[in-house]
Amino acid sequence: MIRIIADRDICISAGNCVLAAPAIFDQSHEDGLVQVIVELVDGKECDAVYEAAEACPSGAIRLVDDGGSPTGV
Amino acid sequence: MRSSRAEPIPVARTNPFNPPPDLARLREGLGGISPLAYPDGHNGWLVTGYEEARKLLADARLSNRLELQQFPVAWPARDGFYGHPTPPGMFSHMDDPQHAYFRRKLAGHFNTHTLKPLEDTIQEIITERLDRMEDMTPPLDLVSHLAWPATTQVICELLGVPYEDREEFHRLNEVTASLETSPQQGDEAMAALRAYFLELVRSKRAHPTDDLLGVLAAGDDFPEDELVGIGFLLHKAGHETTSNMFALGTLALITYRDQWERLCQEPSLIPQAVEELLRYLSILQFGVQRTAIEDIDIAGSVITAGQRVTISLPAANRDPSKFEDPDELDISRDARNHLAFGFGVHQCVGQHLARLELRIGFEGLTSRFPSLHSAVSVDELHFAADMHLYGVHRLPVMW
Repeated sequence: MIRIIADRDICISAGNCVLAAPAIFDQSHEDGLVQVIVELVDGKECDAVYEAAEACPSGAIRLVDDGGSPTGV
Repeated sequence: MRSSRAEPIPVARTNPFNPPPDLARLREGLGGISPLAYPDGHNGWLVTGYEEARKLLADARLSNRLELQQFPVAWPARDGFYGHPTPPGMFSHMDDPQHAYFRRKLAGHFNTHTLKPLEDTIQEIITERLDRMEDMTPPLDLVSHLAWPATTQVICELLGVPYEDREEFHRLNEVTASLETSPQQGDEAMAALRAYFLELVRSKRAHPTDDLLGVLAAGDDFPEDELVGIGFLLHKAGHETTSNMFALGTLALITYRDQWERLCQEPSLIPQAVEELLRYLSILQFGVQRTAIEDIDIAGSVITAGQRVTISLPAANRDPSKFEDPDELDISRDARNHLAFGFGVHQCVGQHLARLELRIGFEGLTSRFPSLHSAVSVDELHFAADMHLYGVHRLPVMW
């Protein structure tokens, strides 16, 4: 299980996460800042979430394993 | 720390679709970062490696302010630009937190939701252009009949810039984008463009419109001079790049015909083909420029505070450590995480708009003109080695 933590102070509204994992991420309609639709993912969904974290240009997406330690993305 | 003599940025291409081969030579011989000689005699750094480029693009110790910056090749038209304070509103050349203020206010207009309604508009514009092309007898120039007018229309519609003024601002933008115009010509063109946007902003304040510049002008987030800078930046960046990608991308596909034919048969590949073309062509041919405001240790070198850094997006996007057989155009590869739009907080704010236009454009071309081919051989074409952005000046096509 991966927990997604998105920092809206760092987010620059690029929307790359939405493209990578549209079931997991959305952008606010007003300012485009990241919204995490599903905070805990596992199994097949993890691939798209890793893609989203890698594609984030500002580093706003952190992934933490369910035990609480960072996965190193 | 390795020592080697600083060289000027390689500019000579041997194949019009590939970056200068000396960029790869530098990366192979010296690693992802090597000493760079700038035209004003100072030495800085050239980044050619993908990992190094990605790291540095996200590094807050590199400033994007214009007063600290110089371009890696002589660009006389921008003498009044580089080495001078960033003009008001030109947030692309500000650092955080000032840059973040602008970015936050503007990014909302380019997000995935805002662009949905624009999709229909883009489709109409492309369809109308293709209808007109069909009624004409080939050969005709794809740049002046499709790539440029379509992308110009889209950004004009989004921003609320009168499309009927396109000939004039095309002329002025060309002067500022050319590497061969004089400082005086560059200054005059910049001044004319600023005057144009000042008048436009004032008219929108007086008579509100519901386009992007109209909404900004009606609000009080930005004073007049900043709106001028924002308008000029978004307008210029919003069509020159996409126009060049559309024309040059079409040329690359029809030249490497198996790629074109595959795309015509499998249009579902178009979105990933767009990413691969962005990677393969990397039209920001001189990369992006930064200046260190603190020392940075990277890949065995030290960028000292005050030194300039040129991050070569074309070189990074052809790094074999990231992309297998990087010099091959392959629309079946996964080219995501290319650096054509940059990375870090300055990553292109219009990237989704660009993707949308290119997707719709290629969908139209492949479905309606599958027999499209160049009317002249590739070595008869005039490529934009003389401009800030790479592209092809004219592309005569037949079908």
